[in-house]
Amino acid sequence: MPEPNILTVARLTYEIKNLLEDSFDDVIVTGELSNFKDHYSGHWYFTLKDADAQISCSMWSSNNKKVFFKPQDGMKVIVRGKITVYPPRGNYQIDVREMRNAGVGDLQMAFEALKQKLMSEGLFEQSRKRKLPKIPQKIGIVTSRDGAALRDMTAAAQRRFPLIEIVLVPAKVQGAGAAETIAEGIRILNQTEGVEVIIIGRGGGSLEDLWPFNEEVTARAVYNSEIPVISGVGHEVDFTISDFVADVRAATPTAAMELITPDQSDIRAALNEFSAGLTGTMEDYIKQQRDVADSFLKSAGARVPADLIRFSTQRLDYALYKLNQSMENNRNSLRSKLEQLTAAISHGDINRTLRRGFAIVRQEGRIVKSGAALNAAEEFEINFHDKTIGIKSGKE
Amino acid sequence: MGKSKETKFRDKISRLEEIASSLEDTTLDLEDALKLYEEGMILAKECTEQLKGAELKITELKNKLLNDIAN
Repeated sequence: MPEPNILTVARLTYEIKNLLEDSFDDVIVTGELSNFKDHYSGHWYFTLKDADAQISCSMWSSNNKKVFFKPQDGMKVIVRGKITVYPPRGNYQIDVREMRNAGVGDLQMAFEALKQKLMSEGLFEQSRKRKLPKIPQKIGIVTSRDGAALRDMTAAAQRRFPLIEIVLVPAKVQGAGAAETIAEGIRILNQTEGVEVIIIGRGGGSLEDLWPFNEEVTARAVYNSEIPVISGVGHEVDFTISDFVADVRAATPTAAMELITPDQSDIRAALNEFSAGLTGTMEDYIKQQRDVADSFLKSAGARVPADLIRFSTQRLDYALYKLNQSMENNRNSLRSKLEQLTAAISHGDINRTLRRGFAIVRQEGRIVKSGAALNAAEEFEINFHDKTIGIKSGKE
Repeated sequence: MGKSKETKFRDKISRLEEIASSLEDTTLDLEDALKLYEEGMILAKECTEQLKGAELKITELKNKLLNDIAN
């Protein structure tokens, strides 16, 4: 006769699982972070502990995306979530849904409250985010006249694309009344002729320092701006309300300027290649014309007045002569890529795109822009970022 | 003065893009092709020159609220 109440491990574990998960399906716990790991999958794993106990926690990337500070070991936090049991390991943890910084307190709560409010009003909607101009001529900046942010931004502009004009509206970027001056700056730039994009920002600082960018008056001014706004506040880890409302968030003031200016070295390289490409195209063109003329001369020469023939040959020779002169000037850059010009102006060289997994198909030196334009019976080549592969012929 | 120069840069770039696509037209006659070619070379050179000599222009507007606070 079997003994009563002998359970399998699995059976017991499932009963524990049911018991725990039912009893602790919504808990709010405070403790200190330790062993924090930001897994490459985007999920967070950490331990929450105090002097007497500890508990494992996980936070899925879908949830931790909404945490706007960088958790660090030793930080005091408040988490909310549910207990889950993992039978294969026989352990339990908190599946964390929300996390806030217990050390910051009031400001953090004000931040969260305003964020929720503005989000529900639609101020953060992706659909209202506007495109930035490709080559801006006039950039408005709202920041402190004396701050590092302004120096960083003008240095970036001078280095990357000095053909722009910067219109500064100085503002107070921390302390009482600062948010109002920032909002006023945005309004002034909206009334200024020709401003195509506005950057608001300041350098790094404490949460208190960055606070003007977390105030409703700033958020509303960004929202009401007719001109696209880039928000570049503090450092990479700092998120502000104005970041969420802005058309584009930049990690830093410098990054904001880099986002909106094409890089002149890219443009120069592209211009060189463009000239070379142009010369190559002309060379092909004229050779082709010359072949036509030659065969014409051979076949029908006797029936055409001699002067006329001489005249057209001269014209062709003159064209070739001019062409060779131009090519002399461009000898160093005789690898033609006309499209690179456009690519350079789109804020980045083509290789950056290729490295993301795109490739260019070329046939007879030209970029094939559609499947219909490819003659699969003839040879063509595929340019990856690291190498070019020639294809003798392919079938469709 | 500065403004018209900058306008020209952006316009020049779009003109260059037009020239590039026009030249792909194989039915273009020699005179026209040469004209486009020369125009393109000149524009490309001008653009490069323009970048070389450029100095960032910064103007400052008054923020009335800021003065109120300062005073």
